Amino acid sequence: MAFYLLRRMVSAIAVMAMVGVFVFLLIRLAPGDPAVVLAGPSATEQMVANIREQLGLNDPLPIQFVHWMRDLLGGDFGTSIFSGRLVLDLLAQRLEPTLSLSLLTLALSVTVGVSFGILAAWRAGGLVDRLLLVFSAFGYSVPVFVIGYFLVYLLAIGTGWLPVQGYAPIGDGLSRWFVHLILPTVTLSVPYIAFVARIARASMLEVLTEDYMRTAAAKGASSYAMLFHHALKNAGVPILTVIGLSFAYLIGGVVLTETVYNIPGVGRLVVDAINNRDYPIIQSVLILTSGLYVLINLAVDLAYTLIDPRIRY
Amino acid sequence: MAHISDTLTSAAAGRQPVFRFVRVARQRALVLIGGGLLLLLILLALAAPFYAGDPRNIDPFVRLKPPSPEHWFGTDHLGRDVFARAIYGARISLTVGLISALLAAGTGLLIGVVAGYLRKFDNIIMRIMDALMSIPTILLAIALISLTGPGIGILIVAVALPQTPSVTRLVRSVVLSVRERSYVEAAVCGGARLPKVLWRHVLPNTIPPLMVQSAIVCADAIMTEAGLSFLGVGVPPEIPSWGNMIASSRLYLATAPLTIFAPGIFLAVTVLAVNLLGDGLRDLFDPRAKRRR
Amino acid sequence: MLMRVSSEERIIENFREDKTIDNDVLLDVRDLETHFFGEESVTRALGGVSFQVKKGETLGVVGESGCGKSVTALSIMRLLPKMSAKTVGGEVCFHGRNLLDLPEREMRKIRGNKIAMIFQDPMTSLNPVYTVGRQIAEAVEIHSGASRSDALSKAAEMLRLVRIADPERRVNNYPYEMSGGMRQRVMIAMALACSPELLIADEPTTALDVTIQAQILRLIVDLKKRTGTAVMFITHDLGVVAETCQRVIVMYAGRIVEQATVTDLFSRPVHPYTKALMRSVPDRRRGKEHRLPEIPGIVPSLREPIVGCSFAQRCPFATEVCREKSPVLEEYGADHAVACWHAKEVVSA
Repeated sequence: MAFYLLRRMVSAIAVMAMVGVFVFLLIRLAPGDPAVVLAGPSATEQMVANIREQLGLNDPLPIQFVHWMRDLLGGDFGTSIFSGRLVLDLLAQRLEPTLSLSLLTLALSVTVGVSFGILAAWRAGGLVDRLLLVFSAFGYSVPVFVIGYFLVYLLAIGTGWLPVQGYAPIGDGLSRWFVHLILPTVTLSVPYIAFVARIARASMLEVLTEDYMRTAAAKGASSYAMLFHHALKNAGVPILTVIGLSFAYLIGGVVLTETVYNIPGVGRLVVDAINNRDYPIIQSVLILTSGLYVLINLAVDLAYTLIDPRIRY
Repeated sequence: MAHISDTLTSAAAGRQPVFRFVRVARQRALVLIGGGLLLLLILLALAAPFYAGDPRNIDPFVRLKPPSPEHWFGTDHLGRDVFARAIYGARISLTVGLISALLAAGTGLLIGVVAGYLRKFDNIIMRIMDALMSIPTILLAIALISLTGPGIGILIVAVALPQTPSVTRLVRSVVLSVRERSYVEAAVCGGARLPKVLWRHVLPNTIPPLMVQSAIVCADAIMTEAGLSFLGVGVPPEIPSWGNMIASSRLYLATAPLTIFAPGIFLAVTVLAVNLLGDGLRDLFDPRAKRRR
Repeated sequence: MLMRVSSEERIIENFREDKTIDNDVLLDVRDLETHFFGEESVTRALGGVSFQVKKGETLGVVGESGCGKSVTALSIMRLLPKMSAKTVGGEVCFHGRNLLDLPEREMRKIRGNKIAMIFQDPMTSLNPVYTVGRQIAEAVEIHSGASRSDALSKAAEMLRLVRIADPERRVNNYPYEMSGGMRQRVMIAMALACSPELLIADEPTTALDVTIQAQILRLIVDLKKRTGTAVMFITHDLGVVAETCQRVIVMYAGRIVEQATVTDLFSRPVHPYTKALMRSVPDRRRGKEHRLPEIPGIVPSLREPIVGCSFAQRCPFATEVCREKSPVLEEYGADHAVACWHAKEVVSA
């Protein structure tokens, strides 16, 4: 177990290091002077020189990298060029909406998606299965922002049931927070449910033909027990893996959904950063999301031991 | 009981050829529908100047008008014809989508073959691909674009780069499985040179799964381009694309919903066509996968 | 004693009358017909199978692979794969109720409770993610409504019954921590946990090592004696039948060709197929030079309806009538029935 953990950690660190090198080189190997790029089009000579000095761009690349890496590991993600504030502070401000949207979406998609997939697999070729086929063709083909505007038109503008856009902090009351998140969550969940359901269906189909499913039936187990105890626990490992791997996919959707609903989250911060050419913000978000991705998948690996007793690292 | 089993038997016997026909037709149907739809869209986009109006023609007197014989899908907030813009939008979306997909497939093929054949580079290449995969597609594209500012050239690269790892992994796994086969080993032992082995044995095995993967990549690329344009960092605003049409019409959702839904539907149908084509190709190449799916 | 009735129905009628009087009958299977539906064809896996299991007896079902032994068992239990197979005709009477007509909810109360089943491959028949104790306990919980802890102590008790050492510790084991023979013992414990009236054992020893096979066989025989459970023992091994069963059914191509007591069948096989089967069992006494005879020809495809006797193509006694009309199972001596047009000649041959 210790050995596997170690190996897994090493490969996670290797991936993170690659991301670091990539992000580091991106700005420095891009055409043009990185200081000019970072300073933005309206910068003066003096500002460019300041940035060059501040980032140590006059040093040779390997030394720059060591310094850069040291700062990152020390928790220094730099300052925003546009606002002059610490990137981490800016991110912390924007974290709550993004986290709320991501977690609610994850909860909704996994429960609905897994159940949908299970029911589709249970009666493969049946009504639910066909429904899933249509739904997933839809979910894979319509971009989230189109789904978002469609839902807004239908449920917010058309009926006035739900707020059109905006975000209410959780501190202002749970129900206001929740009402504002219903549409964004449903929007982002549509493709995600399709995705999770397809995976759940495929791994359930495989498990349902196993001999031990017949044993369970021969015992007199109910359909519910067969599907949700005997089959789901065995199908759980592949489902969990794919959910972990799809984290990056979820974040991409968050950026778009936040824009549709004007939610002041990390996604908006990034989009604003492009328009302001605020590279430190973009690089920090890149590093942090990929770090989170690596961590989540590490956690998923460890979670296998809880599901499947045969896996002992 | 006898009559029941008899009717069953005869019914099944009568359905036998029908069954086979339906199955084969279904496989071909996906390819035909998806491919046909895509072809239709491409033709519509190419022929745009012959039937659609000028997508850039601003007319302040017909702002946000509902559909009419002059403006099939109505007009947007600057009085531009939504139909013309949606049709011209197909040009840019399809161009960026297809070129990016080709670029990603080509690059992925090259790197994948290298990783699969030259074990020295395998580990490092695959770690780089893992790193690329750990960054969300849109964020990776945004990071690239943020370096130079929006433009078609960087957009194509930015859309293609995040798609490369999936192709690389696929090609590498095919290469790894092919090189273990005895006829490849025999060819190598017989003194065949590496490029020849790759060309004669590995490439043909790679093509079918690569085609399927390219369709998936293409659908993703079109989605990414639309997303980037929607965020305002993709196609420059002066060129109509589905993504920036939707972005610029955001405020008029209540008054002129078609300004958003027309490009939205075009976008969805295009991606659906590519997805169907991909599904159909997979069924054709691997009939067993179909039953499991 | 040989009596031939022109109409098939009348024989079946007679059969039925006989059997309804018989209070010893536990399970009465009549004209069971099961079909498998492929994408382009229908396989008639069972073409009208009728037999009975008496209370407390051990009934052997023999035949080569693909003859419909397992399909018979799965049809009785209604455990056929839903999408591809269906029992299209016949009855399975258990305590006077036709199991084929029961709603699924009622059928569930019978499975694992009144009729239990063990399967061929113990390596894949246990759920890998639950402890064996929980899997045995599940059957108890379902049918007796016992609490989890009561069910678990019952599970340990069952493990002791199937002679697994240290049962209190073993209940917490996962299947992957056990050998094949032990897993089959667990399967038996699970099947017997609710004291079923009928145990269907589908090739329970085929996947095991020869030494383990004997142990498992002895265990089943012994447990059967102690619990009084009737056993339907499905096997392709005539030796196993001789050791364990009282009566035997011989199946061929989805039909029953002969049915008799074990002593009768071995001393006086009637059907040409049974005889051929007996000859292909290796016999130590005949020495090494003796080459085992094989049955010429192949089993007919079940995708086409079989006209006449299913064994006709491979049978040395086959005549015109065999290829045209299907023989029915007829009495041939006490507790001995055969489906053959030429039973008499075969016996004297």
